[in-house]
Amino acid sequence: MAAPVNSVVNSSAKCSSFNATSFQKKTRSRLISIPGTRPSVQNGQLLVSTGVTSLDYLLGGGLAVGTVLLIEEDRYDSYSRMILKYFLAEGVVCRHELFVASAQHTPDDILQELPSPILDDVAIHKPVEQPRLSHEPQDSLDAMKIAWRYQNLPKVQTALASSSRFGHYYDVSKMMEAEIREAAKCHRFYLPEHPTQSSPTHSPMLESYSALLKSLRDVIQREGFEVTAPMSKSRNILRIGLHSLGSTLWGDDLCCHDNPRHGHALTTFLYGLRALLRSSLSVAVVTVPSHLIQNRALMGRITRLCDNAIALESFKGSEREANPLYKDYHGLLHVRQVPHLNCLASQLPDHKDLAFKLKRKQSHIQCGILWPFHLFIYFDL
Amino acid sequence: MFTELNSILNTSPDSFTQGDFILVSGRQSDASFLIHHFLSFYLRARCKVCFLGLVQSFSHYSAVCQRLGVSLAQAKEKRQLVFLEGLQEGLSVFIPQDDTTGNKALSFLRDPMVGLQNLYEFVRSSVSSPGGGEEGSDGSEQWGPPVLLVDDLSVLLSLGVSARAVLDFSHYCRASLCSQLQGNVVMLLHCEEEEEEDDGDDEGSERLLKGLIHQCCLALHVQGLPTGYCRDIHGQVEVCWRRRQGDGQHTQNKVFQYKVHDKGASFFARGTSSAVL
Repeated sequence: MAAPVNSVVNSSAKCSSFNATSFQKKTRSRLISIPGTRPSVQNGQLLVSTGVTSLDYLLGGGLAVGTVLLIEEDRYDSYSRMILKYFLAEGVVCRHELFVASAQHTPDDILQELPSPILDDVAIHKPVEQPRLSHEPQDSLDAMKIAWRYQNLPKVQTALASSSRFGHYYDVSKMMEAEIREAAKCHRFYLPEHPTQSSPTHSPMLESYSALLKSLRDVIQREGFEVTAPMSKSRNILRIGLHSLGSTLWGDDLCCHDNPRHGHALTTFLYGLRALLRSSLSVAVVTVPSHLIQNRALMGRITRLCDNAIALESFKGSEREANPLYKDYHGLLHVRQVPHLNCLASQLPDHKDLAFKLKRKQSHIQCGILWPFHLFIYFDL
Repeated sequence: MFTELNSILNTSPDSFTQGDFILVSGRQSDASFLIHHFLSFYLRARCKVCFLGLVQSFSHYSAVCQRLGVSLAQAKEKRQLVFLEGLQEGLSVFIPQDDTTGNKALSFLRDPMVGLQNLYEFVRSSVSSPGGGEEGSDGSEQWGPPVLLVDDLSVLLSLGVSARAVLDFSHYCRASLCSQLQGNVVMLLHCEEEEEEDDGDDEGSERLLKGLIHQCCLALHVQGLPTGYCRDIHGQVEVCWRRRQGDGQHTQNKVFQYKVHDKGASFFARGTSSAVL
């Protein structure tokens, strides 16, 4: 029907002149094509991949640009940190910009541990190949018989080809090579480098969180990620990874007391983060050590201020490890919340009992989420 | 606007009771679809609406109302709708740029102890501005009784405002909008799981809920199904009328199940879902 589509186009154009947020209905006139993104089939929002394709599926196709994914850490912060690294690695492969904030490890430590992508359509610079070529010209001639036109061109591409695929696979047993990693632009925020200035404010937000919010806002404005920035330059996505917010290293006492004194610091920060994200082309993954937070109502508030929320529960060191039911899996994954943005209904996953494991496929170890494990109960009888 | 909900509540945009304080609450369920219903309902009823959208961006509300057949941008242009976008204005309060202090209505973000008085002043001034309720001397359209919609109150608690301050704010709004101006007020509150109240000055969403239920005359409580998660039935709504009749309080409770879909929500009596029958 032509008429309703036109009205949608007109009204969304009008909307964009009043308020610019990252949620714009996709119209023919304003197609933003950014590598590593795709529009959602449900409501046309721009999605990015989290790096774990099965997690993308759970979240309704991917992470919507302008939203926050909250990951409740597992006990030893192993799998939550892995998903954070997958998220950042996906950003490197898609040539997005990164922002990494941490209070415990330096951001460079996290960045050096990014998993290596398993790709056939991404050419990786291999300096070791070139000396071999010069010593054995026969081989190179044989190899190039068919493609003689390309004989004089360098054998491998030095730049990382921008991948048009959505979602990639990674090999956790290998680290991403430094050349690929350094090709991506990365902003860092390491809390000990930002001395807290106690300003005369009664705001519930802690100085550490305020400094982080200011730093984020500065990066977004400086690098042109705001939705209202001029469309002349090509647009890109900013991937924000915030590690272990709410832990005591950020100066927060959420994890120490049942009724914390700074009970509203993290929630106020998350409100500010949501405001920043809604008005920019960025997406954030926040990990929180929820197993240390005793106040369940507070955890519920934190969850509601994020758009997507999942919780990881690893079997390592718990009595479940010996349970034959769980022997094939490494942990449980709970989907706490899915967003419903720009629409009334949210896309809830069909099943709520999910388990995850690291798959060993050929010689690679990948992270994947497997489907309702309760179906396997029948086979264990 | 959900037609089934209108028939349940016995209202329509042409005839609805004025002076109502409606409380929409959800326990572990998202009740925000009801706020979209009331927003489109009162805009269609040609009321002057003041909407405090504290949780989502303007384009989110606009996109949803578009599916319900109402254009928020047009309503804002015609000055039927006054929209306070909490996220955008709040950011300028958190990180002040240059010397601007940000929207005064959100000054509680800087210091939650101050309370919500500035927010109330904002509401008061927006519903009694010229062109709303009075004769439009400059030819602007006349709108019906003023309506205040708040989405939602629990984010105020998350930002550090005490439950007492929120109760004061709702009382002031009710007194001025419902009693004086014969308008309506709809507030959304989200509660977490049951929490024990150890000390007096705690998070207080339970206390806030009890106080608001006492103040309201219509309460819609949304919760999940007691039997667990189901894809076809998203939850149940308990509608509680507390009409103040001349012959004393008259309370009536009804429970419905609902399912939210793309362009609205359908409500049905318990056990009569189309997935079951």
